[in-house]
Amino acid sequence: MISLNDEVKLLRQIPYFGRIDAFKLKLLAFTSSRACYEGGQIVFHQGDASDAAYVVLRGTAEIVAMAPGGETSLGEATAGTMFGELCLVSDAPRLSTVRALTALELLRIPRDSFLRLVADNPRMSAEVSRALAEAIRDKAASLARQLARVPQRLS
Amino acid sequence: MDKNLLRYIWRHTRSQQIWILAIVLVSMIPYFAAFDLPKQIINGPIQGQGFESPDARALFMAFDFSIPLTGWNMSFDGIELDRMSMLMALSAVFLLLVIVNGLFKFYINTYKGRLGERLLRRIRYELVDRVLRFPPSAMKQVNGAEVSTMVKDEVEPFGGFTGDAFVQPALLGGQASAALFFIFLQNVWLGLIAAVMVAIQVGIIPKMRRRLIDLGRQRQITARHLAGKVGEIVEGIDTIHAYDTTNFERADIAHRLGQIYRIRFELYQWKFIVKFFNNFLSQLTPFLFYSIGGYFALRGSLDVGQLVAVINAYKDLPGPLKELIDWDQARQDVQVKYEQVLEQFELPHLIEADRHALSAATPAFGLGPLVAANITVTDGAGAKVIEGVSVKIERGETVAVIDNTGSGGEALAEAFGRLVWPLAGKVTLGDADLLELPESVTGRAITYVSVSSYFFHGSVKDNLLYGLKHAPTSTVSYSGREAATRRWEIQEAQLAGNASFDLNADWIDRRSTSIMRGFSDDLKQSVLRALDAVQLTSDVMELALHSHVDPEENPVIAERAVKMRHALREALQREGLGHIVAHFDPTAYNPEATVAENLLFAATRKGAAHETDVADTPYVHEVLQRAGLSDLLFDMGLTIAENLVEIFADLPPEHPFFQQLERLSAEDIAGYQQFLQKRKTRAGQTVTEEERRGIVRLSLHYIEPRYRFGVLTAQIMDQVVAARDLFYENLPADLRDRIERYDPHRYMAAATLRENVLFGKLSHRVPDAAANIRRIAGRIMDEMGMRDSLMGLGLEFDVGSGGRRLTVTQRHKLSLARALVRRSDYYIFNRALPGLDRRIQEEIVRNVIDFLREQDNNPSVIWVLSNTSLSRLFHRVIVFDRGTVVEDDTFEALDKESGIFKSLVA
Repeated sequence: MISLNDEVKLLRQIPYFGRIDAFKLKLLAFTSSRACYEGGQIVFHQGDASDAAYVVLRGTAEIVAMAPGGETSLGEATAGTMFGELCLVSDAPRLSTVRALTALELLRIPRDSFLRLVADNPRMSAEVSRALAEAIRDKAASLARQLARVPQRLS
Repeated sequence: MDKNLLRYIWRHTRSQQIWILAIVLVSMIPYFAAFDLPKQIINGPIQGQGFESPDARALFMAFDFSIPLTGWNMSFDGIELDRMSMLMALSAVFLLLVIVNGLFKFYINTYKGRLGERLLRRIRYELVDRVLRFPPSAMKQVNGAEVSTMVKDEVEPFGGFTGDAFVQPALLGGQASAALFFIFLQNVWLGLIAAVMVAIQVGIIPKMRRRLIDLGRQRQITARHLAGKVGEIVEGIDTIHAYDTTNFERADIAHRLGQIYRIRFELYQWKFIVKFFNNFLSQLTPFLFYSIGGYFALRGSLDVGQLVAVINAYKDLPGPLKELIDWDQARQDVQVKYEQVLEQFELPHLIEADRHALSAATPAFGLGPLVAANITVTDGAGAKVIEGVSVKIERGETVAVIDNTGSGGEALAEAFGRLVWPLAGKVTLGDADLLELPESVTGRAITYVSVSSYFFHGSVKDNLLYGLKHAPTSTVSYSGREAATRRWEIQEAQLAGNASFDLNADWIDRRSTSIMRGFSDDLKQSVLRALDAVQLTSDVMELALHSHVDPEENPVIAERAVKMRHALREALQREGLGHIVAHFDPTAYNPEATVAENLLFAATRKGAAHETDVADTPYVHEVLQRAGLSDLLFDMGLTIAENLVEIFADLPPEHPFFQQLERLSAEDIAGYQQFLQKRKTRAGQTVTEEERRGIVRLSLHYIEPRYRFGVLTAQIMDQVVAARDLFYENLPADLRDRIERYDPHRYMAAATLRENVLFGKLSHRVPDAAANIRRIAGRIMDEMGMRDSLMGLGLEFDVGSGGRRLTVTQRHKLSLARALVRRSDYYIFNRALPGLDRRIQEEIVRNVIDFLREQDNNPSVIWVLSNTSLSRLFHRVIVFDRGTVVEDDTFEALDKESGIFKSLVA
């Protein structure tokens, strides 16, 4: 069984939280809840209201974008990675669907708890902004790469 | 009602008053006879007057009575008796007189009491009857709490006064004049003195009491306003708290109480001043007798014997006189009260009594059009809300009414609903004026709903069926003792001028439900479909699931709930969802429940507010000690405390994260922090029992999947499960009533229906557990045919005073459902759904129209809309602007034009 302290260790590995005090992370973990899914179950759908970010504790999840033509895989999330974090800065609906590939155990960080914690810790705010920006840049880059491949597939 | 209370009493109790007066007069004979008898016994047989020789005999009961002038004469020669027999005979007569007097007194008092109570009942009924007939404009000024205190408290003294209203003055007046007359007989001059003094007393004392009466009036009005204010505080408590005006209200109440105190104290002062003066005056007369009479006696111009006789005769005067003055005081007092009450109830334009005549006949549904002809309506301030409005609503129309500026639409709806009476013009139904038709026609042909529709204390069902309770539809046939009771009820009601309708009869009019296909379940279908239409069904179901069912009252539901428990468990297993509920298993630890819940393994009844949680009682700690768990849980608690302190110690006390801890506050955390520091600095120090329990308490409320501190070991879990039996071995009596052990095969009365069905804890780790359970449980419920009985249970939920136990939205929906249950020709919804989500509003409006159009009586729907975009659901649209109709056409036509409507909807 993964305890709160293990969760904190895992959170530390995530870029956003790397430089945040351990006890702050513990508070974040404490205010978060555990969510378990079985292989094939949907964590959230594209277009759902977004209210929480998730950290994978165990198992693998698949992130897919639903398009009229079918679905495109945007990648996988494995133990120690975070997804759905865009909701932490914007309340726009989910941009993608996340499905459990294996038995999946997640830490569900509610948006409200997260924002509250950030508001209390200005330094954390800067950290998170930086990490988020990087994450978005990475995603944009990977999207660009994927787009670059599309014409070849179409032809 | 008469202006004068005495006249009112006389009118309603004339014959009884004469009867009781006659009885009182008759009762005087044995009363005075009993006065004279002791003297006869003592003088005669005891002291031997008339029995001078040992064998002397006297006549018993001999009398010779002749009525003067008529020459009519009756006499009895008597029985000759010796001394001892005479004593016994006279004593027996004395005893007989005592009994006869007692019986007279008993009869007179109960008779008077009954007279008073009946009159009280009559007045109260008449007042409430008047409230029911108040014109709507007057109702706006009425304070409910004031009216209730008038009906309940202010008229109360009338009852006590009624019995004495005429008997007392007649009797006392007679006694006083007799005494005065006797004084005159003895000596005319002394009689004159006494008469003058009486005149002064009778003249002055009531004048002095004027102030008392004035104060009494003030007291009555201030007390009434106090009652009104207290009622307002209770009604407006939410607003008071919201605006932090509790101290303003305190000041207001204190001020009023101060005023009442001042009035009451002055009342006391006056009362005793008057009393003093009255006593003084009545003692002044003997002073005059002694001094003036004595003077003349000494001078020889007055016979001493005469003086003594006068003084003796005077003894009987002040008593009746004082009581007479008191009676007058009481009379004035109740008269003032009566006037004060009457003033509030004597209103012009009361609704005629015949408009409210009971009519059990099925109303003639299918009346002609509802027409407002050139009506003008004013608001409370007298400003015209609509002026010269003419609208005709035909049967079967669906009409949306929209306000651009002003509130003309609402006013029109109110006029249709008879909530306001038009100042000019009239509203007609068929061809008759709405205000001249009896309510048994208008109140059934027209159904009016607004936000302010009221809910009565009772169940959801009572309120839903309220709109059908026009008249008793059955007659109950009573037998034996009940029949006698019912006869008595009717007789008494009639004697007090009350209505004698039978409340036990079935008042639900089953012939005017909205769904009427001639089946026996029309009523039930109407209710269920109405709830569906306003989307209240799931709420009612929730109420049922939340309720505690007494298995003795509802054995079927309890039994089925247990069956459902097993069916739900199986269904979850089948669907591979077994993990979303941790079921209560007598032999296993339930990881989703707290340690304490695992130890008790029982449903606990919520005790009174002051009772501590069962888990915090000393007995629990005692059991832990015996089970050898105390130290384990203490160590576990220490780790929990360390973790909590680490997480929460740096947060300011008001931080919202503290809400995450259900049972702990910032102070608790600080307390644990201090304790841990103390232990660190001074190791080995003894821990007090209180501190120990504080730490153990942390463990008792610990749930591993929720807190995830990883402190709950397998050993602790096993020992807790093992300690369950130990816990029940010596359970103290006070806990025994509050605890009901979990048994997979039994219904637990201490738990809600939902807990009984679930019989476990939802997993903290499955986010959609609740939704899944609801889905599967709903399916099982239908399979087992439990939906109806659960709906029945939910409908029994008590809505509280004014429906306050329901949410505002539920109330609005229920108000709509109540209207839909009954069959009417015209349904008027006056902004009936405020504050709802637009989407839900649209769904409900659509459902309601569909539901009503489905019925076979072709009803019209008139809906004053706040959400103008919903007007597309109606055939016709009427647009009001500044109190006049500016557009009135079909929706399609208005939609094409570019008028006000278009700009409103766009």
